[in-house]
Amino acid sequence: MTLALEQTLNGLQFGVMLFLLAAGLTLVFGIMGVINLAHGSMYMIGAYVAATSAEHGAPFAVAVLAGAAAAAVAGAVVEAVVVRRLYGRNHLDQVLATFGLILIANDGVSIVWGRTPLEMKIPDALAGAVPIFDISYPVYRLLLIACGVALAVALAFFVARTRLGALIRAGATHRELVGALGVNIVQLNTIVFALGALLAGVAGALLAPILSVQIGMGEQVLIMTFVAIVIGGLGSIRGAFVGALAIGLVDTLGRAYIPVLLRAVTTPDLADTLGGGLSAIAIYVLMAVVLIWKPRGLFPVSSR
Amino acid sequence: MLQFRAVCAAFIALLLLGTSASAADPVKIGFITTLSTSGGYLGEDARDGFLLAMAEEGGSSLGGVPVKLLVEDDGLMPAKGKEIADKMVLQDKATLFTGIIYSNVDLAVVPGLLAGGATYVSLNAAPSQLAGKGCNKNYFVVSWMNDNLHEATGQYAQTLGFKKMVLLAPNYPAGKDAINGFKRFYHGTIADEIYTSLDQTDFSAELARVRADQPDAVFEFLPGGLGINFLKQFSQAGLKSKMKLVLSAASLESRIVSATGDDTIGVYGTAHWVQDLPYPANKKFVAGFIAKYHRDPTPYAAMGYDTAHEIASGLRAVGGDLTKADAFRAALKKANFASVRGNFRFGSDQEPIEDWYSTQVVKRGGKNEIVTIGKVARDLGNAYTSLCPL
Repeated sequence: MTLALEQTLNGLQFGVMLFLLAAGLTLVFGIMGVINLAHGSMYMIGAYVAATSAEHGAPFAVAVLAGAAAAAVAGAVVEAVVVRRLYGRNHLDQVLATFGLILIANDGVSIVWGRTPLEMKIPDALAGAVPIFDISYPVYRLLLIACGVALAVALAFFVARTRLGALIRAGATHRELVGALGVNIVQLNTIVFALGALLAGVAGALLAPILSVQIGMGEQVLIMTFVAIVIGGLGSIRGAFVGALAIGLVDTLGRAYIPVLLRAVTTPDLADTLGGGLSAIAIYVLMAVVLIWKPRGLFPVSSR
Repeated sequence: MLQFRAVCAAFIALLLLGTSASAADPVKIGFITTLSTSGGYLGEDARDGFLLAMAEEGGSSLGGVPVKLLVEDDGLMPAKGKEIADKMVLQDKATLFTGIIYSNVDLAVVPGLLAGGATYVSLNAAPSQLAGKGCNKNYFVVSWMNDNLHEATGQYAQTLGFKKMVLLAPNYPAGKDAINGFKRFYHGTIADEIYTSLDQTDFSAELARVRADQPDAVFEFLPGGLGINFLKQFSQAGLKSKMKLVLSAASLESRIVSATGDDTIGVYGTAHWVQDLPYPANKKFVAGFIAKYHRDPTPYAAMGYDTAHEIASGLRAVGGDLTKADAFRAALKKANFASVRGNFRFGSDQEPIEDWYSTQVVKRGGKNEIVTIGKVARDLGNAYTSLCPL
């Protein structure tokens, strides 16, 4: 039972961090209609800048903010220089251009930092574990859950209650109308893109202490992020939240329990091998099931 | 005017043909390796070790024979590796290959190369599918047979007296070889065997299983970034004080140690090459590597370096003429070079016979280092040799 609790917490932690990535990706797609493969590179930049800041003595919170800010700036620059030219083009052109950006980002990082993965320490105050019932759970992972949920709430408030949020929502469904009302759509696009990059940067910076900060780390999570927003419905923030949590829980619990369950019905050798394979595809099975049931995802955005 | 241009073009074409057919044509060596993804630094080290050996001869020859190294990144994708190999065979006419890090890429590329008559000298991956029955007269392994790497670790875990263990490896060919190799020499209770995916970043689910299993020690084969993630999270989950870690060289090398900080202090390991081995060839290699690249070498770098010297010994024997295939093979088989590992030779199946050392991570002068503790295996060959008809 306590193992189940621990695994659920692990799944939640994974899910909320995935949400930070998914929110930006779904915003950019929902509002600008751009498929941005380079989103993972923003996550990588956030992690690298945070780890480097921490190494140079910045306090943890400052390091995370630096990572987030660097990702936001990178996002704004990428939007202004590359993505702005792609709005009217088809998705294949966008995929090609943003894939090119991945290559540039990866090689750029290898030139600046080299290929050896960086280390970022968990601050001492957060390094311990707290007892929850009879398991001890790392404080830092609890903090990740708290940060992720807080950011999700803040983002929901921002999108639902602020003027800029209203423009973003309007931009997602009635792009031409918003432009006709005199809103500077070009500027709005840059803001949305930078906001998405900022969230990805926060995720990268927060995960830097528990993950290997290295080239290619963005692509590792990118596929899962896409699965999350497809499940949730492209362009929907609520969908991204539900999708990311579903992915986090299914992936973690799948890895935890599928091999164990298989062992009850087959030989250990087969169960371990088969279990490894099945738990790796669990999220894709989930996606397939959701898409059969709701072809446009759980929370489809109208008009797109 | 047009005629003049045509004459010029023909003249230039002739010149080009002339140069490409000259006697001093360098031997092309296809170096297919992984330079991107979370395993990118593995290939980088292998390449840099290889280039260091070339630099000792001035940078563009091996064994006194001019060579041209064609380096390409497979991106850890078997299909991409195959595509590169085909291009190097057809377009560059290369017949000598090395460089592959990952066994899944290896299995997609090497059998095809060998079937086409090319020679492959492995500096890392050596899956069980290509050992024993799958051996080939043109296939040489300088590094280790995959199982060996973990057999040594199994032996060390046995020696350390761990009664109950959990084993983790990625679900791909080398992961299976790892678990098989470990179990061949470890005879205690195995509480759990966990297969992960090759692009996993978060191991919390696996760590919770490990915690529930309560083993004496954990063995994992998670190379590159996978291992860094695992070791950090293992320590953060508070498991480091509850159980020991005993790892093979692929999961415990200098870059992993530097990226995980104090999380690896005290961790046990095994390796066929350690930075502090006292052989003159090794001292020269380590000093040269640090001077050239300003970082500590990994086993991948050591094997890149040894493989370059092995290829050099073959090229020297035939004066760079790879059409003398029998003489080239015979020379390669002698392994006539000073290995950084000291004791090294080929078995009848052209896989290594070598010694294995136990290691541990200790803090020395503010820096965490992998140091040699003792020897766990002497002249270790592989379990499949008798099945090889060579």
